[in-house]
This record gives sequence, structure tokens and C-alpha cells, in this order.
Amino acid sequence: MPGSDVVDLGDGDFGVLNYAYALEQLEAAFYAKVVDSPYAGITDAEKAILTDIRDHEIVHREFFKAALGNKAIKGLTPNFDAIDFSSKAAVLGAAKLFEDTGVAAYNGAGKLIKNPEYLLLAGKIVSVEARHAAVIRDLINPKSADFAGDDIVDMNGFDKAVAPGDILSAVKVYVRETINGAHVGQ
Amino acid sequence: MDIFKIIDKFQQIDGDAAGRLEYASRRHFMNKVGSKLASAAIPTAFAAIVNKAFAQSSAAIDVLNYALTLEYLEDEFYKGGLAAANLIPASDKSIFMQIGKHESQHVAFLVKALGAKAIAKPMFDFTYKGAFADVFSNYKTFVTVSSALEDTGVRAYKGQAGVLIADPQILEYALQVHSVEARHAAVARRLAATLLGMPAMKGWITGKEGAVPAIYAGEDNMTQGGVNIKGLASKTDAAITEAFDEPLTKDAVLAIAGPFIKG
Repeated sequence: MPGSDVVDLGDGDFGVLNYAYALEQLEAAFYAKVVDSPYAGITDAEKAILTDIRDHEIVHREFFKAALGNKAIKGLTPNFDAIDFSSKAAVLGAAKLFEDTGVAAYNGAGKLIKNPEYLLLAGKIVSVEARHAAVIRDLINPKSADFAGDDIVDMNGFDKAVAPGDILSAVKVYVRETINGAHVGQ
Repeated sequence: MDIFKIIDKFQQIDGDAAGRLEYASRRHFMNKVGSKLASAAIPTAFAAIVNKAFAQSSAAIDVLNYALTLEYLEDEFYKGGLAAANLIPASDKSIFMQIGKHESQHVAFLVKALGAKAIAKPMFDFTYKGAFADVFSNYKTFVTVSSALEDTGVRAYKGQAGVLIADPQILEYALQVHSVEARHAAVARRLAATLLGMPAMKGWITGKEGAVPAIYAGEDNMTQGGVNIKGLASKTDAAITEAFDEPLTKDAVLAIAGPFIKG
């Protein structure tokens, strides 16, 4: 039964790292599928960008898996049924959602991290996710203000910062398991 | 005004705030309403908490003023570029107007947050003592400097995260600005790659690749979390270095930014 399998991210800093690991798993699986079955009319430039992003997300995923060791959550089962991988608009729209969500998730999780080394690692990764978000947004609407659009950057010039509970609610349609992040950072 | 929401907010910054306020309230009631001395205790304690919340620790003030220096620099740079006739082509105006808008917003936020503690805006030399002499007349130079400023901004904010770990709300603000700078950097790099004919330069940083090589020292780092991750997931060195952006210390950033600042 979908959702009957519960994955608990755990508490404290390891909870935050597992939270990041869960999100990176989804992103990596998404881009792997995009690269394996490219949408109609994909250009060489688009394919190069999406392949680069896939590789970054795989590196992030494998990095967290190794760093967490025996504290790592299991491999999640993605559910991308709602995404039409043959459509450029659908794929880039989903990529935009995943990248913006990743940025907001890392920004919101930063203050939950106790160990400065882990905080720095999150910082090293979140700016790469923000670069992805900007490039994907520029592919959707080239040379516009959308790369850092008013829909995502507020009146103070701030990107979003969203708490784990809200991020997990937003991504739950993309994963078969139910992810429990109630103790992340606590 | 919902005082409990406000106290809640302050408590995120000053964990003892609510406790001290509760103590003040208790003392107030123990002294009975009507005692002028005791009723004065609440506003005094409250003012102290408010001051602490907005003044922040001296470490945070240093970080905020450091950020303000860099934001002043970026803000002035884009104001100059957008005001220069025939510099930015119409096709790219939306990009630089958006970046410039954010830098102005960052300056405004920091000036307001720092209040009387905000440093004054320095005088800038965007020619970088002559190295970028045509910065406001040659679009290639302008985009080169833009990409360099944005990438340096990303490295600068990243380098301060650990300093702010005890100031969670300020840390979150800094992270929210940091990722906006990274969005800027990605588009500026892609424009620079096309204009300068540097196909290896992407929105993300491969090894130490960038339009101004001197500012990318250390970006090719392969050690993450104390482990050399060369060959991780069978990915290339290029992919691995692209996947992690690297910080810079304040000293390194100020050494880079120094020639822009006249004083």
C-alpha cells in the first residue's frame, strides 16, 4: 500500500543530513530518468545541462550516503507518475520545482544544524542547487528576470527558507514511502 | 500588535528573552500593580530584549557590516552599469535590472537591520586600479566583473555561515541572500561564457574555471567532510568539483575586493 512504509529521518544533525539525503535521492532519480529518456526536441545544450545536474545530484546523494554510514535511511522509491517525461515543459517545470524546493529546504534547515562542519557542507551544496534553479529557469524563459524571479525572491531580495515539515508535505507525492521528519534537527 | 508573537520571535534570537521577561512580569505582579517602580520593570526588561534582538552579537554585527560592504559594492556596480549608455544590450537588460534590484534590496535590509551600527558606503573604483578600465563601456568587461563579483559574493557568505551558528535568525537571512547571489552568479557566468568564448565555463564552477581566474582558488577542492571524494559514484573530477561550491575567508574576500574600494 502506498504510504504504509514509513521512513524516519531521525533527530539532531543526522536527521538534517538524512533529510538532505532524502531530497538528493529524489532529485538524482528524477534527472537520471530525464537523461535516460529525453523529452521530444531536446537540444544538445539542454542535454548537457541536464546531464551535469544529474551528476551533481548523484554526487550529493552518494556523499550523504557515505557520510551517514549506518545512520543513513534506506533508498527511497520515487514516484514520478505525475510527470510527463516526453514533454519539455513538464520536465523543466518539474526540474524548477525540485531545484527551488531544494534551495528553500537547505535554507530552512541551516539553523537546525549544530555542527559547523555540517553547516558548511550544506552551504557548499545549497549554492549549487541555486545555480541549477537559475539555469533551469533561464531555459524555461531565456534572458528574463525569472532566474531569480519575484515569484521566489521576496521584497528584501531573499530566497525562500522553508521548514522540513512543509518541504516534506510538498514532495510527498513524489515518493512512495511516508517520510517522517518530525525530529529533524531536534 | 501581538506581544507573544514578538516574544516568540525574539526568543529565536535570544533564548533567554522569554525567561527574563517572565521574571520581570512575575516581579511586577508580586510588587502589586500600582507600584510605580515595579511597573517600570517591564518596559525596561522589554527594551533590553528588543535591543538585544536587533543589535545582535558583536560577531553578527561584524558579519552584517562585512556583507553590507560587499552589497554596497555590488549595488553601485549595477547602478553604474545600468546607467551607462550603450553598455548592456536590450536583450540582457532584464537580467541586470533584476540583479541590481536585489543588491539594492540587500543594502536596504542590512542598513535597516544594523541601524546606527551600519558602516558608511565606501567610495569605489570599478576599474580595479585600471585592470578593468573599460568596465562601463565594454560589455565583455562588465559581464566579466559581474560574474566575478557574484561568485565572490557566494564564497563570502558561505564563509560566514559558521560564525553565525549562534545567531539562528541572522544565519537564515544570510543563507537566503547567499542562494540569491548564487542564482545571479549562474546567469552571469553563462553570459560571460558566451561573450568571452569560454565554452568550458558553465553556470556552476568546474574546477577553478571562471572569467577572473585569481578569485577561484580552492574551488577545485575534492575533500568534503574530511574525506577525499575523488571517483565518488564513478563521476569525473569535473562533476565532483561542480557539485560543491567552496567558501572564502573574510581576509581572502577583502583582498579580492580591496582594489575596488577607494576608502
